[in-house]
Amino acid sequence: MRSNLHPYAQDNGAFLQIQNVVKDFGHGAVAVNHVSLDIRKGEIFALLGSSGCGKTTLLRMLAGFETPTSGHIVLNGQDLVSLPPYQRPINMMFQSYALFPHLSVWDNVAFGLRRDGLPREEVAERVDAMLRLVQLERYGKRKPHQLSGGQQQRVALARSLAKRPQLLLLDEPLGALDKKLREATQIELVNIIAEVGVTCVMVTHDQEEAMTMAHRIAIMSEGHILQVGAPHEVYETPATRFVADFIGNVNLMDGVLALDEPDHVLIRCMDCEHLVGHGITGTEGMAVAVAVRPEKISLSRQPLETPYNQVHGVVRDLAYFGSYTVYHLQLNSGAVLKVSATNAARHSDAMLQAGESVWAHWDETAQVVLTQ
Amino acid sequence: MSRLTTAGLMTRLSRLLSLAWLAGGYLFLYLPIAALVLYSFSASELPNTWGGFTLKWYAALGHDQELLDGLALSLKIAFATAWGSVLIGTAAAWALVKHPRFRGRTLFSGMVNAPLVMPEVIVGLSLLLMLVSMQRWLGFPERGALTIWLGHLLLGLAYATVVLQARLKGLNPQLEEAAMDLGARPGEVFFLVTLPGLAPSLVSAWLLTFTISLDDVVLSAFLSGPGSTTLPLAIFSRARLGLSPDINAVATVIISVVASGVVLASYLIARRERRLAAEIAAAQHA
Ligand SMILES: Nc1ncnc2c1ncn2[C@@H]1O[C@H](COP(=O)(O)OP(=O)(O)OP(=O)(O)O)[C@@H](O)[C@H]1O
Ligand SMILES: [Mg+2]
Repeated sequence: MRSNLHPYAQDNGAFLQIQNVVKDFGHGAVAVNHVSLDIRKGEIFALLGSSGCGKTTLLRMLAGFETPTSGHIVLNGQDLVSLPPYQRPINMMFQSYALFPHLSVWDNVAFGLRRDGLPREEVAERVDAMLRLVQLERYGKRKPHQLSGGQQQRVALARSLAKRPQLLLLDEPLGALDKKLREATQIELVNIIAEVGVTCVMVTHDQEEAMTMAHRIAIMSEGHILQVGAPHEVYETPATRFVADFIGNVNLMDGVLALDEPDHVLIRCMDCEHLVGHGITGTEGMAVAVAVRPEKISLSRQPLETPYNQVHGVVRDLAYFGSYTVYHLQLNSGAVLKVSATNAARHSDAMLQAGESVWAHWDETAQVVLTQ
Repeated sequence: MSRLTTAGLMTRLSRLLSLAWLAGGYLFLYLPIAALVLYSFSASELPNTWGGFTLKWYAALGHDQELLDGLALSLKIAFATAWGSVLIGTAAAWALVKHPRFRGRTLFSGMVNAPLVMPEVIVGLSLLLMLVSMQRWLGFPERGALTIWLGHLLLGLAYATVVLQARLKGLNPQLEEAAMDLGARPGEVFFLVTLPGLAPSLVSAWLLTFTISLDDVVLSAFLSGPGSTTLPLAIFSRARLGLSPDINAVATVIISVVASGVVLASYLIARRERRLAAEIAAAQHA
């Protein structure tokens, strides 16, 4: 993806350590269940998960608005759990921005600095610098309700960065913006965070946002962390069916392990036999699934001369998106295979029509074998 | 063609009719007030007969010690009631909104709201009974300004709590969290974020309870003692003895004060809006 925008932060040990944290709201509602994470200095770390999986709760424990039922949160060697929010070197940007409606933009940004009792000139200097950073110098006198959504978002960012926190928390930072503005803002936000050099934990349920902005992503479900890794790692080597399905589009083909050799395995599914060029830890006969991303599948009207990694199907639906087309193939077993093909040429005869009979095949390295 | 004209006539007629309704309604509301103002300038001794223009009733007001004392007392009690109601009301609203669970919350909430629904006569009567018994056993307190104030406070604080409770519920709790996140201690959060958020409701609660106290007759009648006659009580007792033009004059003064207050307030609000708009325009072109 676009992670080349922001090179990996140096690996200089964990800056923020979340150790075995549990949050139990009672009545059997365990919002965060034994979560452990190590976050590096200068890193943008995204918590990604569907609604209600506990992302906000975890973030609020970092900010100090919720107390963990058990576990430790250690920032830069200091245990935070006993500190109230106003003593933590952490600032948060709220999903609703939570700008003070009775204060001007300038006073909003100055709020935190004044609480620290900084001298007047230094407050002014730092507020002006912050407003310059988010390109709102001319809006200092306005009240929040006189700004657009995107401008409010930048004020909220400036306010949470003004105190130079050791850790910045972002709760759905772009959730309130419309799609177009969101894409432009993602990159701008990453650039600002990189310029300031602050370590950042963000929460989102938008996987594209997580992929574009974060150095590393943690996939959460029902209070648990399922997988942690760089965007391309969680996309290309998902560890479980849930992660494969959650991130991007995927075809999951269920089968059994037919042959297990150290250097290759054979998996038999309903529609084809999969040859995988590496061993897996499993026993012959066990149920596994093979995941193949739609964009890694090629289509042709004639079969290739290989017995493996190839299926026959009929084009049932196709959706044209301009730069690519998504085909839904009905396989012999009745299963549906999603294929996305790049439209490289204009007016191509190669464009398949609904009802056509085609062969779909893929590289053996495109497959991920999932055992759970 | 002719049908079109009929339809046109019908709409014109119905518009006239609704205008007449409107005019009738306004007349009913404001004609008595206009008449009262008019007769306050009448030289006749009878309050509803025109006897030529005069200002003598107004001049007489300046020497009418009973009314002047009543006014001073009413204003004093109204000020004290407004401040007391807003202070206690804020605390009560805070307890009810910020602490959804504490022992006796339902009882407390019911007791705070009871004076709103209880007929004033009954509240006044029961307070009077209590005061009489207290006087007998403790020799204290004497009925007067203090007891009137306590009665008004009881009523005003119920209204203030309702108004402030609604506002406090509507405030975004994330604002307080954001303030705390930025380093504000709980006390600072209250004064820097919660209180400004409550401000419009504090003003309306203050004005509401001020007015309630200023024109209260029922409670004051039960709770007043000799030498503590509020303005409404004075007017009321005079009106019972027969209408007289000096009461018209008092009423006109009150009406003018209220009207000019409203006009001044809307002028100030409009000026603030204009200034804000100008500031924004300046910021944009800077
Ligand atoms: N104060 C609370 N009391 C009881 N249960 C709560 C409380 N706050 C959150 N929960 C529960 O904890 C779970 C996780 O909530 P949380 O707000 O962390 O989800 P989320 O991942 O942020 O979801 P979303 O994407 O919808 O914001 C939910 O089931 C929620 O109902
Ligand atoms: Mg959330």
